[in-house]
Amino acid sequence: MSNDTRILYCHCVYAKVIPDETRRAVLAELSASGVAFDAVADLCEMSARKDPALKRLAGSGAVRIAACFPRAVQWLFHAADAPLPETGVDVFNMRDEAPADVVAGLSEGRTSEARS
Amino acid sequence: MSGKGRLDKDRLRVVLYEGPGAAPLADEARFETLVALLEDGHQVTRPAAGTAVAAADDSQHLVLGRFDDASAVNDAGFQSFDISDLDPAGVLEGVKARVSDVGADQPGGWKPWFPVIDYDRCTNCMQCLTFCLFDVYGVDGQQQIDVQHEDKCKTDCPACSRVCPEAAIMFPKYKKGPINGDVVREEDLQNESMKVDISALLGGDIYSALRTRQSEARQRFSTERDESKALLERKRCLAKLKKNLDIPDEVLMTLPSVGDIQDRARRAREKAERRQDRSQTMKDRRPTEDDWGI
Ligand code: SF4
Ligand code: SF4
Repeated sequence: MSNDTRILYCHCVYAKVIPDETRRAVLAELSASGVAFDAVADLCEMSARKDPALKRLAGSGAVRIAACFPRAVQWLFHAADAPLPETGVDVFNMRDEAPADVVAGLSEGRTSEARS
Repeated sequence: MSGKGRLDKDRLRVVLYEGPGAAPLADEARFETLVALLEDGHQVTRPAAGTAVAAADDSQHLVLGRFDDASAVNDAGFQSFDISDLDPAGVLEGVKARVSDVGADQPGGWKPWFPVIDYDRCTNCMQCLTFCLFDVYGVDGQQQIDVQHEDKCKTDCPACSRVCPEAAIMFPKYKKGPINGDVVREEDLQNESMKVDISALLGGDIYSALRTRQSEARQRFSTERDESKALLERKRCLAKLKKNLDIPDEVLMTLPSVGDIQDRARRAREKAERRQDRSQTMKDRRPTEDDWGI
């Protein structure tokens, strides 16, 4: 993994739309991996409340995000006046993807288009 | 709890530090500590040599660690918190106490349910603004539709996403796509349960007026509107919404009165008439909040 691509993990804590076993498996792997990451409780809540931390999370360059649907994540950041960069963003969907695939994506990135 | 409006003070950035001057945590302790903090609504950064995290900004940082020597952390201007003898619950209690001490926002307490607009799809037709009974929507300085009062949205009500003709409104915590942010497919746009004709809710020919923005359509809108018929149609439609589309009772019970609807219709008609007078100069303009009398 390139040194300047960050990882952002969303725990989706205020509604159970991500399976609990997926959240725990992804977070456990990240926690044990020795890589750096930012973790947030709930990107939706941060967006609704215009949390200035979103600017920090969006504005620090390339990032791989473990959350939910890429379209939702993109516009949640936009709604908080903290748009994600046009390039260098990979979003992995913990609603649909297996934990192992999310973890592999976070460490290796996607070869395909970032936000589709 | 800090409520659900926009933040009026920053939050604390919690950093779980295991670098020079601090002993590493056991894998299980690190994981359970992260879970405890996240479940309580905190933001946690775990730095590690050789990989990046979001850059430091002017928010307050609280650096947790099993410190032998916290001087490097303190000298850098960060507040440190020695967690050597604490289990995850103890760490959480300590963090909460420090959040309170520094007057930072205490997170939590609200299921964040609110519309998120996909501006790649939105055509700025204003149907959502016209439909929403709770003033969630507004327009920004560029006359662009905008979500302005997220906290007024009714939890678990996805009604406005059904009236959007472009499937541009998402509720990321909704169970099904494309409302939850999943890719929008052609069949979603055709699906009757995705698309509720707002003209049936409010009466008159608003839908077509919004689409064509032609003076002819505006004329029809202003002359054919019948408020009592509109109310009946709206009630019928709302009963259908409740049954088929997950619209909660709370929303249905907060219907505006006949007077409210008549007043809204009257203001819309007056605006439409005034707009007709200005039709030459308005020709290429998109409809705005002002145009529709909201
Ligand atoms: S962005 Fe997605 S994963 Fe994160 S809190 Fe919102 S719905 Fe949950
Ligand atoms: S109804 Fe949909 S397309 Fe129209 S303004 Fe609202 S979000 Fe945009």
